[in-house]
Amino acid sequence: MELFINQILAGIATGAIYACMALAIVMIYQAIDHLNFAQGEMAMFSTFVSWQLMQWGVPYWGAFLITLVFSFFAGIAIERVLFKPLAKAPILTQVAGFIALYAIINSCAGLIWDFTIKQYPTPFGSSPFLGSQLISTHQAGMIGITLLMLLGLFFFFRYTRVGLAMRAAASLPESARLVGINTSWMIALGWGMAAAIGSVAGMMIAPVVFLEPNMMLGVLIYGFAAAVLGGLTSPFGAVVGGFLVGIFENLVGTYIPGVGNELKLPIALALIITVLVIKPAGLFGRHIVKRV
Amino acid sequence: MTTLLNVKDLRAYYGQVQALHGLTFSLNEGSLTTLLGANGAGKTTTLRAICNMVRSSGTIEFDGQPLVNRSTENIVRLGIAHVPQGRGTFTNMTVEENLQLGAITRTDKAGIVSDIERMYGYFPVLKQRYLQQAGTLSGGEQQMLAVARALMLKPRLMLLDEPSFGLAPLIVRDLFKILGQINREEKVSILVVEQNAQLALELADQAYVIETGRIVMSGDAETISNDENVRKSYLGY
Repeated sequence: MELFINQILAGIATGAIYACMALAIVMIYQAIDHLNFAQGEMAMFSTFVSWQLMQWGVPYWGAFLITLVFSFFAGIAIERVLFKPLAKAPILTQVAGFIALYAIINSCAGLIWDFTIKQYPTPFGSSPFLGSQLISTHQAGMIGITLLMLLGLFFFFRYTRVGLAMRAAASLPESARLVGINTSWMIALGWGMAAAIGSVAGMMIAPVVFLEPNMMLGVLIYGFAAAVLGGLTSPFGAVVGGFLVGIFENLVGTYIPGVGNELKLPIALALIITVLVIKPAGLFGRHIVKRV
Repeated sequence: MTTLLNVKDLRAYYGQVQALHGLTFSLNEGSLTTLLGANGAGKTTTLRAICNMVRSSGTIEFDGQPLVNRSTENIVRLGIAHVPQGRGTFTNMTVEENLQLGAITRTDKAGIVSDIERMYGYFPVLKQRYLQQAGTLSGGEQQMLAVARALMLKPRLMLLDEPSFGLAPLIVRDLFKILGQINREEKVSILVVEQNAQLALELADQAYVIETGRIVMSGDAETISNDENVRKSYLGY
């Protein structure tokens, strides 16, 4: 029983990271109807920036905050420079844009910081949480930070005017323009926020997977899986999907003989395909009905 | 009387197809003007061209300022509220959020709160449903919400695209009565596109008739409604 609870809690901890990535993916998907393949690399680059700041002597939380702000503006810059000009381009052009961005960020990180694995600090320590053997303080911290961020986002979208305008721009761009909303900047803002959310995921997972330019690949795939599982049209679904994928991955790895670490990923993806076959819009997604 | 909206030689295109062929008309401050015409005559396109939602050429001046080359949201910010065909309701948001969105360009918080109450005064049914998702409202209620949302902008000019579409006749009467009231009491100039010519002519003081992308007749609403051709073609008696 203790092993079971332990695996559930560990699943929630990594699930929190998947939830962040899924949320970042859904935010951009809502705004431009495409999956951002470079989401993980953007988060990885941000994590390197925070690491570099700490190398220069900035304390952890200072580096954390500076990185959030940096990621936010970098996200906006990427949208303005790369994706605004591509907004009306055919889908394959946009996909090429995303892949180019992926490769560029990955190579740049390798060039600046090289491909050797680096230790990344945790601000929470790694001792048992509150004396319990079930979960470490870092895992508890990961969950706490994620929940705090989700709460903040919920209030932002629910109760602020900018949040309302962003929701309007994502759901009905033409109507949004007709009430005077600059939808183009709302998309840029969405990119900035997605980049900042991703950077939190990167900084939280880095102590677990270690810092290197390819560290986010697995996380991104789980993030995609979580977003699709929850339904790409639902931020709430993305978060729930993240936690579900995290828990499922851990339970399968522990209890199904022969799965172990190597086969966790395919099994998790098999689950997702099963869900999608039964419920194509994801668990919480809206069916989009189009009149023809 | 001063001219609020001045449209000269307006041409509009959907891809290669030209939909408006040099439209010229104007609208006076404080007036309620209607644009009549059959299906496909270019009524909706005219409204969309004013808000730069379709490729067009020619001059459009609002209160002396040129609108061509301005983005839709900047045109709206000048005080032109557009209630599009199909109403453009944010269906997955609540009634109150829809009204808040109508005022999204305003900064006077207290004014917004009192204006929302004023809208509930015009349309009491919206108050009963203020926390309901707008998509669950009936067609008539959604049209009321669309008009209320447009008014939240505190517009100087309101463009209405077929407000009677799909509504029961009694509801249309009510709605038009309120539009007349808004025009008189709030001094909002209104340009309304309608298929229901009889009702529109009763309400309006100015009227234009549009056929295949050209204005073919203009004048005050009473003269137009007494014109024999208009009677035969649009009023059906």
